[in-house]
This record gives sequence, C-alpha cells and structure tokens, in this order.
Amino acid sequence: MADEPLAVQLTDITKTFPGVIANEDVNLSVAVGEIHAIVGENGAGKSTLMKILYGMQNPDSGTVQVRGQEVHFKSPKDAIDKGIGMVHQHFMLADNLTVLENIVLGSEPTKGPKLDYAAGRDKINEIGSTYGMDIEPDALVETLTVGARQRTEIVKVLYRGAKILILDEPTAVLVPQEVDELFNSLREFKAEGESVIFISHHLDEVLSIADSITVMRGGRTVATVKPADVDAKQLAELMVGSELPTPETTESTVTDVVELSIQGVSALSEDGRTILDNITFDIHQGEIVGIAGVEGNGQGELINALMGIQEISTGAVEFKGDDIADWSTKRRREDGIGIIPADRHREGLLLQSPLWENAMLGHQTVKPFAKGPFIDRKGARDRTTEIIERFDVKTPGPDVVALALSGGNQQKLIVGKEMIADPNVLIAAHPTRGVDIGAQASIWDEIRSARKEGLAVLLISADLEELIGLSDRLLVIFSGKIVAELDPLTVTPDELGSYMTGVDVEAAS
Amino acid sequence: MMANVKKMLFSLLAPAAAIVFALLVASLALWAVGKNPIDAFSSMWSFGTTSTSIASMINRAIPLYIAAVAVAIGFQMGLFNIGVEGQYLLAALFAGWVGGNIGLWSPLHITIIILVAIFVGAFWAGIAGLLKVTRGVHEVISTIMLNFIAFSVIAYFLLNWFRDDATSLNLRTPVFAESAQIPSLNWVFTMFGFSEPRGISMHGFLLVAVAVGIFYYMLVKRTRFGFELRASGMNPGAARMAGVAPKKMVLTTMLISGGVAGLVGLSTMFGSIHSYTQDFPRNLGFTGIAVALLGRNSAVGMALGALLFGFMERAALILDLEDTPKEVVQIMQGVVVLAVVIAYEVVNRMIEKREIKAAAAATRTLDTAEEVAA
Repeated sequence: MADEPLAVQLTDITKTFPGVIANEDVNLSVAVGEIHAIVGENGAGKSTLMKILYGMQNPDSGTVQVRGQEVHFKSPKDAIDKGIGMVHQHFMLADNLTVLENIVLGSEPTKGPKLDYAAGRDKINEIGSTYGMDIEPDALVETLTVGARQRTEIVKVLYRGAKILILDEPTAVLVPQEVDELFNSLREFKAEGESVIFISHHLDEVLSIADSITVMRGGRTVATVKPADVDAKQLAELMVGSELPTPETTESTVTDVVELSIQGVSALSEDGRTILDNITFDIHQGEIVGIAGVEGNGQGELINALMGIQEISTGAVEFKGDDIADWSTKRRREDGIGIIPADRHREGLLLQSPLWENAMLGHQTVKPFAKGPFIDRKGARDRTTEIIERFDVKTPGPDVVALALSGGNQQKLIVGKEMIADPNVLIAAHPTRGVDIGAQASIWDEIRSARKEGLAVLLISADLEELIGLSDRLLVIFSGKIVAELDPLTVTPDELGSYMTGVDVEAAS
Repeated sequence: MMANVKKMLFSLLAPAAAIVFALLVASLALWAVGKNPIDAFSSMWSFGTTSTSIASMINRAIPLYIAAVAVAIGFQMGLFNIGVEGQYLLAALFAGWVGGNIGLWSPLHITIIILVAIFVGAFWAGIAGLLKVTRGVHEVISTIMLNFIAFSVIAYFLLNWFRDDATSLNLRTPVFAESAQIPSLNWVFTMFGFSEPRGISMHGFLLVAVAVGIFYYMLVKRTRFGFELRASGMNPGAARMAGVAPKKMVLTTMLISGGVAGLVGLSTMFGSIHSYTQDFPRNLGFTGIAVALLGRNSAVGMALGALLFGFMERAALILDLEDTPKEVVQIMQGVVVLAVVIAYEVVNRMIEKREIKAAAAATRTLDTAEEVAA
C-alpha cells in the first residue's frame, strides 16, 4: 500500500485572479480508492482548485501529479485522457436526446461509418451493473428525474474511462433517498478502486461518506481530517473559523391577524396542465410559513401567482382582507408585498447597472427612489448606502455595477432592499442561496427580527435546515399540491424527504 | 470622480479607434483604385469645413439624429423598430397635407403640423406594438411589412387625394403658407464671424432636434418610465418581478418610438421644400439605425454619429469632381459602424474587468480592516 502512488497529489498550488488570490499554497492528496471530501464556504477556493485539476485553469505555481506523474493540463481533454472526470453542479445534457445518445456524444462508438449504438448500450449497461447505477439507456433525458440525470452525467464520465471522479456539490439537487442511492454508488466506485473527490456543503453527508476531509478557507487548505476524529460542529468551525450559527427556533410571534390568505388557488400552464392544484393556506402577521419541496413542483408558479404574474384559474388571494386577484404586480409591490426572487440573476438583478439602480428595482415607483415621474438619484444612492451599511454588502460604493460583486454580496443587496422597504408580506425564495455562513446567519436574523415586528413571511427553500429552523409552520408541495402540513419542531429531514418525493402522499391523503 | 473621468476617457477610446480603422480601410479601397488616399481625405476636409458645407452637414444630421433617437428608444428595451422609415414618410405625408391646407398664427400652425406627424408616426408604430402584445408577432417582421404598406399607402394618397395641382407633373401636397416655414439659422454663422453659407439654409428645426435629444436623455436616464424601459431591456424577468408590465411596456415604447420617428421628415419640410413631394428624402430611417448603433444609444453619442455621417455625405460630393469614386464614403460609413460595435464590446469588457477587480480589491481591504479591528 505504501508504495502505491497517490491518485492525485496537488502541491503548493497558487492561483491568483486580478485582485483575488483564489488558491494559495494549496495541498491535496487523494489516495487510490478513496472518497475525499472538500468542504469550505462559498468563495473558499474549492471550485478553482477543481478547475485546475480538471485542466480548465492553469495554476500560477505548484504541481499537479496524477498517479505519481507530474502533469500539465492545457484543457479538460488532457485531464480526461489521464482518467479524470468531472460532474458539474449544473448538468450539461441535451434534453431532447436519449441517455445513450448523451453518454456517447463526443466519443461515439462506430462500426464503419455508422454509429454502433449496440456497443454503446452494452457498455453503459455494464457500467450500470458494476457500480449499482440504475440507468435506462433509451429513456429521453427530458423525462428523467434529477437523480437519474445525475447518474447519466456520472456514467458519461465513467464511459470515458475516468478513474478519478470529481463531483461538484452532487447532493445539492437531490432528495434524501436519492442521496442514499448516490452514496451507495460511490461506495461501489471505491470498491472498484476508483477515487472520488467530492465537494459539499452538507457536513453530515460528508462525515457519513468520506474517508478523508480537506477543509478550505480563504483560498487555503486549513486541515485534512478523518471523519472519525471530528463531528459536524468541529468541521463547521474549521470552515468558518468561528462558532457555527444554527437556525434555532425562538419563541413564537404568530398573531391571529391573517395577512395573506390563499384560498383554493389553482392555475394552468399554457398547454393546459394543472400547475397549481387547489392550494389553500393563510399566513398570519408575525408568522413564517415554509414551503418545502423538490424544485419544480410548483414553487415558482406559486410565487408568480402571488405576484400577479401567473394568472390563477380558480380560487382567491386576499391580502390584508382585500381580494387582490386583479391587482397588477406593481400595485402588489407598492402595497407591501416584498419578494426575494429564486434566481437572482434571472429575476433579481440588472447585472450591468450600478447597485443603486438595482436597489431601486421593484421600488422604482415609491420614495425614496421616485420623485413624481422622475428618479430621485440622490435618494436612491442614499438608500443604497444605507442598505450597504446595514446589510454589510462588501462593495466600494453604490455606483459599482452589480456584476462586480460576489454572489453572496449580490444576495445581501437583494435581501436588504426588500427588508429595508418594510413590507407587510415577504416572499423569500431561497434567501440564503449561494451566500456564506456568516451572511446566512445575518439574513436569518433580519428575517426573524422583522417577523417579531409583524412581518408575514412565505419562505421557499431547498435548504431543509433553513426551513426547519426558521418556519413556524411547514407545508410540503408536490406536483403543484400541498401534500402535508408539518410542525418544524418535530419533523425530521427524512420525514420531509418522503413527502417531498411523493412517497407518502398516498398514505397521507 | 476621478474614476468617472477615467471611465469617460476610456469609452472615447472605442469610437476613436473605430474611426481610425475606418479611415485605414477606406484608404486601402482608394489605393486599390489607384487614388492617393491622403489627397482624397485632405480635399474632403477642406471642402467639408466651409460654412456652406457645415450648414449642409447639420441639415443632413438633423433627420438622422431624430431617426436614431427613435430607434434607440426601442433598443433600450430590446425592441427593434425597423419601421422608422415607413413611420416618418407616412407622418410627413399627412403633416404636409394638413399643413398645406391650413393657415394660422405661425406657432400654432407649426405646432399642429408637428402634432400630426407625431400622431401618425405613433399610430403606425403602434400597429406593430399591438400585433406584438396581442398576437406575438415579432416587431422586426411587422415593422418591415408595415414599411412596404406605408410606401403603397403614401403613393395612393399622394396620387388620388393629397396632390396639390392636378395639372402639375410633380406630385406634391399643397405648399405651406409662410406661417409654417421655419426661418433658417444662417445668421448664426455671421454672428460668430464666419462667412454665411451660400445657396443653402441651415434648418431651424435643429432646435427641435436638440429638444428631442434632451427629451430622450431625460426620459431614459431620469424618469421612472425610462428606468423601467432599460430594466425591461436588460433583464425582462427581473423587470417583471419588479412590477413592470411587459405588454404595456412594449406598446408604450413603440408609440413613443413611432412618435419621435414622425418628426424625422419635418426638418426638410419646414426648412426647404415646404410640402410632401414625390421625391421626399428617403432611407433616413434605415441610416438612423446605423447612427443609433454608432452612438450606442447615447444622446450625445448619436449626435456625434449623425454629424459624422452628415459630414461624410457632404464631403463626399467633392470626390466626384476629382474623379474619385465617392462610394468610398459608404464603405467608411459601413466600416465605422461595424468597427464601433466591435470596439465597444472590447472596451466594455475591459471596463467590466476593471470594476470587478476594484470591487474585489475593496472587499479584501474591508476584510482586512475588519480583521484588524477584531
């Protein structure tokens, strides 16, 4: 064992981008047949390190060794040739092709001038059975679940002969059952002598699956530990370098006053499918109602229906006792419905515009941003400066364009501009997505203290810890339907996962 | 403040580089046909900078500028109003007909003509807007088609309903009374001690063009509407979440763009020909698109672009006399637009990188400061 060279050894890697040191003297050793987890906050340098290993970027200094041999990758193709494969967080599959076609794409088996699908299918089935990966070669990708898409991506990498697998936050998109399946496969890889490098935010998962854990912080590797020697809290402390903030439930501030009432709301998609099915619930002043669910089960449509973007076919939405069915989005905004959109790039920001214009977006018709039909530039800048200070947005000033900020700081600006406007109802979709733990804690605190002041919050999140920690009441949405109402104090993530995947729907109803 | 000045200088780099590049390409073309580029350019310069030429340049620039503004209003929200051509010609026809058939107190007379032109331009563009919001017809297709329809409608009306004198061979609407003829601005030249332009009068409509520019700047940069317009162009999803109704926005934008387009033909009409004629100036709407691209939708940038185009068109006249193909100017116009588009992209990326760098640096210093404080 001692003679066997390491699968991957990165030594003293340094990589700087203009103004930023992404990696500094980073060391990483991954043995053959090892599952090696890399944990760290957003911006700790994990992605840069993986890009270097996968040949997408060149280090400024330091060496990369694969199986004892020093390598200099110019592109991912070189890395693939050396048996390194990477599965990105966002899948790169063609929806209108089958699993088989997607997998062979780029390295098609041929028989003379023709594609040899049979050979490809055989090889895929073989990979599937070797690693315990349930995969249907002839299924169309667009019909697959997220878990199956991920398996397709992994098989695609293995098909190209990868012996070292890089998985970038593979569990972020999966429900608990799918995570278990993935982990079973990872154990099979290990048994077959493959190495896995695994990036994650979920410390419990990391502790349960990894053989070694490397912690990164501020572009450096701060520690490599064995899971047996640490617990989640110690790991988190290594990551943030301080105490871990946890979303704890404080005393209830729920009042009797119904602020937003959703009564039997249904909606149809353009092609006539039911996307929201008889949804009914109330949010009271001082209450946070959490919506749990696998993404794509109607959360987006629910938000749009509440914002007046999605037309509802039946049912009613009452805000402070008024039926707001025919209110425009603008009126809803002006009258006190705030929104932290799910996708900040697509729905929340004008990337090329200065921060003060971004802070204005959604509040452009009210003070201090508007003065009659005109924009109050000074008012807008002052308000933005206030947001920057109160919400600790790291920026040189309000005139910087939004795209210059990191994702976490962009999110802080969005949260800040909504909270500072003092809404009656806040629809918060993934309010802490992509922000580091410190910022997450301060956003949670802001939401909690606004709740104390009587804010009614609809919280939509994929982060179960956030949902359970913040919500007074949890609703589970599945296929456009509310399938369960749960008490966050007693619910377990496993229980929630079952409802989210529809497993217990029959039993529950 | 320093950073802003720097940023401005930086963004001047793009058009400057583009013009130099266009000169080089034009030189190559001239050299290829056996002409000395230096001679050609120097005679263009000396001819183009006489008072008469400058008046002509400004007269050419006025309608181009207004057309560019009309196009730019659409561009701000990602709408391509290719129909400025049809909108201004139709507007000019009706404005000419109304103006030629009434006689009133001068300011009122002129105002009515302008209002008719705005209304007709807005109406014609509004059809495209309506088709887009109700039927999803892409505005590029509908405005191109509406151009063709406008040309036929104009021919029909001019021949059958609006022509002044049935015996005249020259088809035209009735000539404006004195009260609707805006006086020339040639006195400006003598006021500043230059020689008065000869055989040409600098159009008084210049003042309206300036007003259009100020209106455009204020609308886009300083009003809520303008902000919503730009937001819709940059990120429709975010604008929608922010309460901007997309359909209403499309329709309003097309109406404003068309209204401005309606003014394009009026400069010539008020200043020199005083009616709509069969040979009324054409293609200003299309050239306006190029000017909007050249000026990157900026009020000042488009003014400079329009003046540049005006200068090149005027100065090209001398080339004929020297037996040099004046088409070289069209090559330059085309090249300069292409080059500016590319150069801006390059410079923008450079500016973006600098900002990201600055923000990252600031974040780092903030971090360090906090650590020191802690």
